[in-house]
Amino acid sequence: MNAPLPLSLRENPQLTRWIRFLDDGTVRIATGRVEIGQGIVTALAQIAADELDVPLDRVKMLSGDTDEGPNELYTSSSLSIEVGGASVRLVCAEIRARMLDFLALRLNCARDELDVSDGVFTHNGVATDYDYWKVAPSIDWNAPVSGMAAPKPVSAHRLIGQSVPRFDLPAKMTGAPIFVHDLRLPGMLHARVLRQPNRGASLVSLNEAAIRRAAGSDIRIVRVHHFVAFVGEDETAVQRAVVAAPDHARWDGVRDLDPTQSEGKWLRDQQSDDRRYGAPEAKAEGRKVEATFSRGYLSHASLAPSCAVAEFKDGHLTIWSHGQGMHPLRTNVALALDIDPETVSAHHMHGAGCYGHNGADDCAMDAAIIAREIPNRPIRMLWTRQDEFGFEPLSSAMMVTLQAHLDDKGYPRDLTTEIWSGTHVQRPGVGGATLLAAEALPKPLPPWAPFDAPEERGGGATRNAVPIYAIAAHRILHHLVTTMPVRTSALRGLGAPVNVFAIEGLMDDLAANAGEDPLAYRLAMLQSDPRAHRLLTRCADMCSWSGRGAAGSGKGLGIAVGRYKNISAYAAVAAEVEVDEHVRVTRIWCTADAGLVINPDGIRNQLEGGIIQATSFALKEQVRLGGDGVRSRDWDSYPVLRFSEVPEIACELMDAREHPSLGAGECTIGPTVGAIGNAVAHALGKRVHDLPMTRERIIAALA
Amino acid sequence: MADLELTVNGTKRRVAAPETTPLIYVLHNELGLTGSRYGCGLEQCGSCMVLVDGEPVYSCSREVGTLAGRAITTIEALGSVEKPHPLQQAFIDEQAGQCGYCLSGIIIRAKALLDSNPQPSRAEIVAALDRHICRCGAHQRILHAVERAAKTMSKP
Repeated sequence: MNAPLPLSLRENPQLTRWIRFLDDGTVRIATGRVEIGQGIVTALAQIAADELDVPLDRVKMLSGDTDEGPNELYTSSSLSIEVGGASVRLVCAEIRARMLDFLALRLNCARDELDVSDGVFTHNGVATDYDYWKVAPSIDWNAPVSGMAAPKPVSAHRLIGQSVPRFDLPAKMTGAPIFVHDLRLPGMLHARVLRQPNRGASLVSLNEAAIRRAAGSDIRIVRVHHFVAFVGEDETAVQRAVVAAPDHARWDGVRDLDPTQSEGKWLRDQQSDDRRYGAPEAKAEGRKVEATFSRGYLSHASLAPSCAVAEFKDGHLTIWSHGQGMHPLRTNVALALDIDPETVSAHHMHGAGCYGHNGADDCAMDAAIIAREIPNRPIRMLWTRQDEFGFEPLSSAMMVTLQAHLDDKGYPRDLTTEIWSGTHVQRPGVGGATLLAAEALPKPLPPWAPFDAPEERGGGATRNAVPIYAIAAHRILHHLVTTMPVRTSALRGLGAPVNVFAIEGLMDDLAANAGEDPLAYRLAMLQSDPRAHRLLTRCADMCSWSGRGAAGSGKGLGIAVGRYKNISAYAAVAAEVEVDEHVRVTRIWCTADAGLVINPDGIRNQLEGGIIQATSFALKEQVRLGGDGVRSRDWDSYPVLRFSEVPEIACELMDAREHPSLGAGECTIGPTVGAIGNAVAHALGKRVHDLPMTRERIIAALA
Repeated sequence: MADLELTVNGTKRRVAAPETTPLIYVLHNELGLTGSRYGCGLEQCGSCMVLVDGEPVYSCSREVGTLAGRAITTIEALGSVEKPHPLQQAFIDEQAGQCGYCLSGIIIRAKALLDSNPQPSRAEIVAALDRHICRCGAHQRILHAVERAAKTMSKP
């Protein structure tokens, strides 16, 4: 019996959308998954090369292309290997099988006498005159992918499991033009945008003469209702214009935010859309323990401000963007501009690291609006650093209350996770959300309706709200706050970092109540999950858990475990900290189980990166709101972890090749925040319940 | 508009630009050198770093009029994809990067460090790179890469 086809193949059954044998003796694999700093394109090529029996240098990758590649929606949610990789594998297996079928008939031999070596078909080990390129025209490319061809067993893998160096890194280490920011096209104009402060704000006046004076040389000012952009051949001039512009623009209907809105606890009293999942109402049996945790808003803080190039020529709009999904971008731009999607092409190019829904799509929309106003000239739109911090969607602040009813031994028999949060998925085209500039156009699309990622996709605010542990009854009470001060959307881990911080914090406290070691307490609740049990045990060995000192010494060791979305990769993390008034994370140990690993070094890079980013989330990061929106608009007011602050990290991958590959890019985020929370509690002898764990909060906890 | 003569990567280049133009725009748009990455324009992230007479300088804010007669070195001067500089090779060997946007500036800063201090300690490397932001969390690999480069470059 065959498993159902991966979603990507169901949506794109046409083989030519995935694979083509090119005249130069290479095979082109197309994917909707895009490189966002995670090394996915190299990993997908490894899968294809193994399945086809060709060397890696014969594989050419086409990624994120609406004209020729498959529509795989967004590169998100750690699904690129699980779904995108599974699709590439099935496509390659099927092509290989169809060609072998064809050749067995042609050569009048049994199929199992045939094999492939470096793309050449062999008969009983001897090369035939046939290779993929010669046979390709003979097979039926119109027949949809059936998924019936069995991929190779793990034992036959050659490249899968190898730490193949990433294709794109040499260019990035030598300053080669690989980013969309580097694209220079003939006749190209530079552009900057004056952002509408918020939806519904209207431009009352704009002193164009003053802005032109500030620009210093000739610029064009493009105005479409409340959308304003500065365009010209001289990048310095448009940059000077956009820096000067806010002082020369008057807006009506600008929001006025209060700094208290920056905190997770502010959400508790707001209007919300309430849902409930899991077990029925708790029976008030056993001792009850309750704890509340919170976190402020986070920024993606991608290192580069968003950039896009767009050109409108002969009735066709072409966009180059570093967004996470080119097909959705095409659809959403077409919808906002009220044009036929068939007249739009979108091509992915690399950008600065992307950890979720940042400004990339909105920037592409800005470029598209201008391109329509100034046809036949490529328009290069670059956001300012301040606008990237100010207008990218934020990761929602959250408040989480846990309520546990304990059994006689002090283990939770019933647990409620109650969550207050804005949405964690407000991508354009999802739940009625739109591109930012669409709100400034004469006919804005209807306002967004309350929506968060559904539970079957791992949830949004509720992500990892269900503990990994065996607890008899669990429920989620989810308050999706509908009147948010700022736009919120997906950032690495979505709700998981706060939920895991809360759950793992509670587990440590419950273990202490029960007079048990936190590790032993956890392992007792992981008896039915051998993979988690093994992983946590190994992580505890790595950090010499058994030698953990007494609480309250100023030095702490904490541990946490989780499985991303409860269906993707597992990670256990141990953190060692030193706390005076500041928290310093000195060492991190991590074990991960990602099933069959395609590229071990690629995964380790993701684990390490996730650990450092989550350390930064836990200790330093909080967006400051106030006045007309985001107040923290540079790296001084939104500090992130620096070289002098990063811990020494040791990561180990568990050998679990008998299990399917699991997306690993986000699996360390929750456990890292949880482990640091527990380490700080161990160091202080007191728990800090609110993130980030800043100096003020440490002092308050000590008081 | 001034007629400026700049020495970029060992070559004299003539550029017509206002003297107040930030160097990065001249590199990107007049000289076709896009390797110095624009990150913030605020001297805060370090991704635009170049060397001027061997000293690290933020190209996003340094006005081009101040650079006549000075030797400007950008990431493109070190090596290429086909023939990387030993420092770049060390980054490749360590796979020291994720998105890679910070790397031009970091590698340029590391070059300045190794030029003046060929055998830096871990603490000296950390101090040299501390004004550079890497948002992906490739820090540990980057430190290893600079240490590896110090080893390989010191071999005769």
